[in-house]
Amino acid sequence: MTKQEALYKYSIRLGDDALILGHRLSELCSRAPFIEEDLALTNISLDMIGRAQALLAYAAETEGKGKDADFLAYRRPEIEYQNHLLIEQPNGDFAQTIARQFFVSAFEYLFYIELEKSKDATLAAIASKTIKEIKYHQQHAAEWVIRLGDGTEKSHAKMQHAIDDLWMWTGELFEMDEVDNLLIKEGIGVDLVPLKAAWYNQIQTVLTEATLTMPEDGYMQTGGRKGAHTENLGHILSEMQYLQRAYPDATW
Amino acid sequence: MTHKDSQLDVWEVFIQSKSGQPYVHAGSVHASDVKMAMQNARDTYTRRGEGTSYWVVPSKHISASNPDDNEMLFDPSNDKIYRHPTFYVMPEGAKNI
Repeated sequence: MTKQEALYKYSIRLGDDALILGHRLSELCSRAPFIEEDLALTNISLDMIGRAQALLAYAAETEGKGKDADFLAYRRPEIEYQNHLLIEQPNGDFAQTIARQFFVSAFEYLFYIELEKSKDATLAAIASKTIKEIKYHQQHAAEWVIRLGDGTEKSHAKMQHAIDDLWMWTGELFEMDEVDNLLIKEGIGVDLVPLKAAWYNQIQTVLTEATLTMPEDGYMQTGGRKGAHTENLGHILSEMQYLQRAYPDATW
Repeated sequence: MTHKDSQLDVWEVFIQSKSGQPYVHAGSVHASDVKMAMQNARDTYTRRGEGTSYWVVPSKHISASNPDDNEMLFDPSNDKIYRHPTFYVMPEGAKNI
C-alpha cells in the first residue's frame, strides 16, 4: 500500500463516519421531542455533513481519478462504505440516539484534537475547524446522559438500556490496520491506543455522574472499516442515494 | 417539578451584539435546567454570528408591569419636557448614546 492509497482510505473512512451519522441525525428533523432539541440535533447533523463534504472532497482529490465528494457519497455501493458500525445503528428511542452520539462524540473529540497535529495540512485544517463543533456535540450528548440517567426511574432505565445495548459497537472505534499504521509512521494518522484509555475515563466519569453503570467488556462487533456492514447501512443508502441513482447527474 | 404541557420551563434569551452594548431580548426557549437553556439558546439564536455573549433567565423570575397601570407608569413623564435630556449638545465622537 502506498502512502497515497492509505491517505485516500483514511479520508474516506473519516468522511463516511461523518456522512452516515449526519444522515442518521437528519432523519430526526421535525421528529425530536421538542423544537429546541430538533434544532440541536439537526445542527449537529449539518456540522457532520459539512465535515463529510470536506473529507470526501479530499479523498477524491487524493485518489486523482476525477471523482468528487458527491460521487463518493452517492455512487458507491454499500461494501465500499467504511464507516464504523456504531455510526449506522438506528436512532431508536431518544436515549439510543443520545447514547450513540455520546460514544461517538467523546471519541471524535479526542481523535480530532490529535489529528489537528497531523503533518498533512488538509487533514489538520479540517480537524481544527471541526473540533469546536465536536466540543459542543460532546457536551450536548453528555448532559443528556446525565439528565436522563439521574432523572426519573423510567428515564434512568431507558438510558442504561441504551448504553448497554450499544456497548458492543464501541470496540471497533479503537481498531487499527495497515492504513493507520502506515500513516502513523508518516506523522499523518492518529495512534488510537492512547485514546482508548482517555475515552474509557471520560465515559466512566459521565456515567458515574449520571448514576449509570459502565457496561462490562464483552464481545465487540467489527467489520465496518472492511465494508462488512449491518443491514442498517443498506436502508440508509437506499434512501440517501435514491435521487442520484434514479436520475444520475441530476442538478438542483 | 411538574410540567403540565411537557414542554419544560420557559427561559428568556438576551444577546449582546458586541462588547459594551446592552443585552437585547432575542426570544425564549424551553429547557429543564440552566445548561440545557444555554445550549438551546445557542442553537436557536446564536448560530449566525449574532453576538459575543448571551444570558438566559427563567421567565418566571421576570416581573412585568401591568398594562392597566400604564397611565400611572408612563404618562406623567410626557408633559415634563425637562425629563428629556434634549438640551445637551452631544460631543462629536460620542457613540451609542
